[in-house]
Amino acid sequence: MRIIVCIKPVPDPKYAGREVLDETTKTLNRQDVPSVINPLDKHALEEALRLRERFGGEIVVVSMAPEASLPLLREALAMGADRMVVLSDRRFAGSDTLATASIIAAAVRSIGPFDLLLCGDETTDSGTAQVSPQIAELLGVPNLMHVSSVQVSDEKTFRVQSQIEDGYMIAELDPPMVLSVVKEINKPRYVTLMAILDGEQKEARVLTADDLILDEPWIGLEGSPTQIVDLMVPEKKTKAEMLQGDARAQAQTLADRLYRMGFCHG
Amino acid sequence: MDFKLTERDEMLQKTIREFAEKEIPPRMDTMEETGEFPMDLLKGLADMGILGVITPREYGGAGLGHLARILVLEQLGRVCPAMPMALQVHHMCTYALNTFGSEEQKKKYLPPLAQGEALGVVAVTEPSGGSDVAATKSTGRLEGDKYILNGRKCFITNAHVSNTWIVPVMTGEGRKGMSAFIVEKDFPGAKTGHIEDKVGLRGANTGELVFQDCEVPKENLIGGEGNGMAVALGTIGSCGRPGMASVGLGILNAVIEEAVKFATERELYGKPISNLQAIQWYITEIYSDLEIARLLAYRAGWMLDNNIPADAAATLAKQWICEAAARSARKAIEIHGSYGILKEYPIQRLMRDALVAVPAGGTAEIAKLVLSRIAIKQYQ
Repeated sequence: MRIIVCIKPVPDPKYAGREVLDETTKTLNRQDVPSVINPLDKHALEEALRLRERFGGEIVVVSMAPEASLPLLREALAMGADRMVVLSDRRFAGSDTLATASIIAAAVRSIGPFDLLLCGDETTDSGTAQVSPQIAELLGVPNLMHVSSVQVSDEKTFRVQSQIEDGYMIAELDPPMVLSVVKEINKPRYVTLMAILDGEQKEARVLTADDLILDEPWIGLEGSPTQIVDLMVPEKKTKAEMLQGDARAQAQTLADRLYRMGFCHG
Repeated sequence: MDFKLTERDEMLQKTIREFAEKEIPPRMDTMEETGEFPMDLLKGLADMGILGVITPREYGGAGLGHLARILVLEQLGRVCPAMPMALQVHHMCTYALNTFGSEEQKKKYLPPLAQGEALGVVAVTEPSGGSDVAATKSTGRLEGDKYILNGRKCFITNAHVSNTWIVPVMTGEGRKGMSAFIVEKDFPGAKTGHIEDKVGLRGANTGELVFQDCEVPKENLIGGEGNGMAVALGTIGSCGRPGMASVGLGILNAVIEEAVKFATERELYGKPISNLQAIQWYITEIYSDLEIARLLAYRAGWMLDNNIPADAAATLAKQWICEAAARSARKAIEIHGSYGILKEYPIQRLMRDALVAVPAGGTAEIAKLVLSRIAIKQYQ
């Protein structure tokens, strides 16, 4: 079984609020905040590792990221992936979701046949949740999002549980497919000290636009149909209201309000 | 000189930090209340490679060096200083076995210590004092194919949660009259004694080891007869002192985070107290202590990794950093004002932890004595 896992470096969510927006490019200024692998992508990698433990095969990590992110991305190799392909080229800068998906799809084609492509459901920086269905569409394979469980009866049939509003659905699919996972699917393993050393021996290959057969002009800012018109930090507004009456009356009012706001059931 | 950590070291810091932040806090209240090491975490510590960080890979460890060990202990200590306290003594045991042990001893004892079957100990201090190793009173005499040990070791970290003890005792007279033994907890005549109720580093168990006609197989002599002093001092110098420096470094990391958190959140006169110069000076002093501590500790680790004699560097790091941790914790309590003495604020625990770290593994005065001898010899 060959599993491809897409990962992305994002600003560490622990420092949420410290990011600065660049007014000119309408992008995040990432330099002042340390980066981490997008948390949901680690759940995707963990699922790949569990499947490989059961069925064997190869896990290839793919990431479109600046070359400077390589040390950070190597954590995926330390977690257990077999090799990594990093897509890094100045011409990729400013790519929107469709351009990103186009570049990743080209990289996946260059890797060769696969059974499963796993992504995190969304990233903590842009949070569009568009890339995984776009990759699937470009590759012409089925896609399921919000995946919380993957069962494989044999190597041919995948039984996939996907979260939907007020419940879940179960679908049976034949590979290849693209799945994007939610955090409930598993708990990612820690990277051990021994695994860090082992990861250093694994291949991390950097590919540029010249190495890929790309559907021009869908790359970079110019090849992106989405142009960000504006980006702003939402203003935080807090409002205080003093409840009237004695303690019992205030408690009654508070309980009524909470009930109407949907915090209480029954 | 290159002060930049390698990519490997940075990943190691990140992964241990992540592990420590998730796994230790849920256990800290119990550690503080009971004074017990969280044995349920032992397997996790082993799986991470923390127990065997300096144990070679052929014996089940991670096979990393002294600087890596310091980075690991620092990250654990940033969350809970009692954790590196217990683990640094465990590492001393693995260090002694790997440095002075025979191939058979390494094969027998190192893998279980790396895999979390139990913790290890190097037990030097006796009721008569720990600073004067030469005054050791515990004895060992050869009878047939066994040594018979008698005596008592005190202030021993991990005493009640370990099963492999490296124990130096007197088998003869004078400096060459000391020999070290690997004693298993279950050997006849080996016992644990009193458990100490400490004010700080409470999650690290401390207590007595007692030997009453304890029978130790002859092959458990480590480093050869008469070399016990070299085993004890070599292990303390190259592993114990850098380990204690790491405990202090962990405390300093936590102290500055608590100080800055409180100073930037607590408002007085309509703005955070971090705007007040008196508070800013405290923060600068704590920050300076942390930065200097890092340089001292990392330098000692780097020297050891590069086979550069590091006795002075490790002794200086231990003494200076643990004292810096205590004075910085005190300043952080000043920043907290009355909140600093409330148990719900971690800074009071860090103060207590630092106070215990200062004499642990050798008092500051003994360290200064060692350093003065080195300085006089070097500059006379």
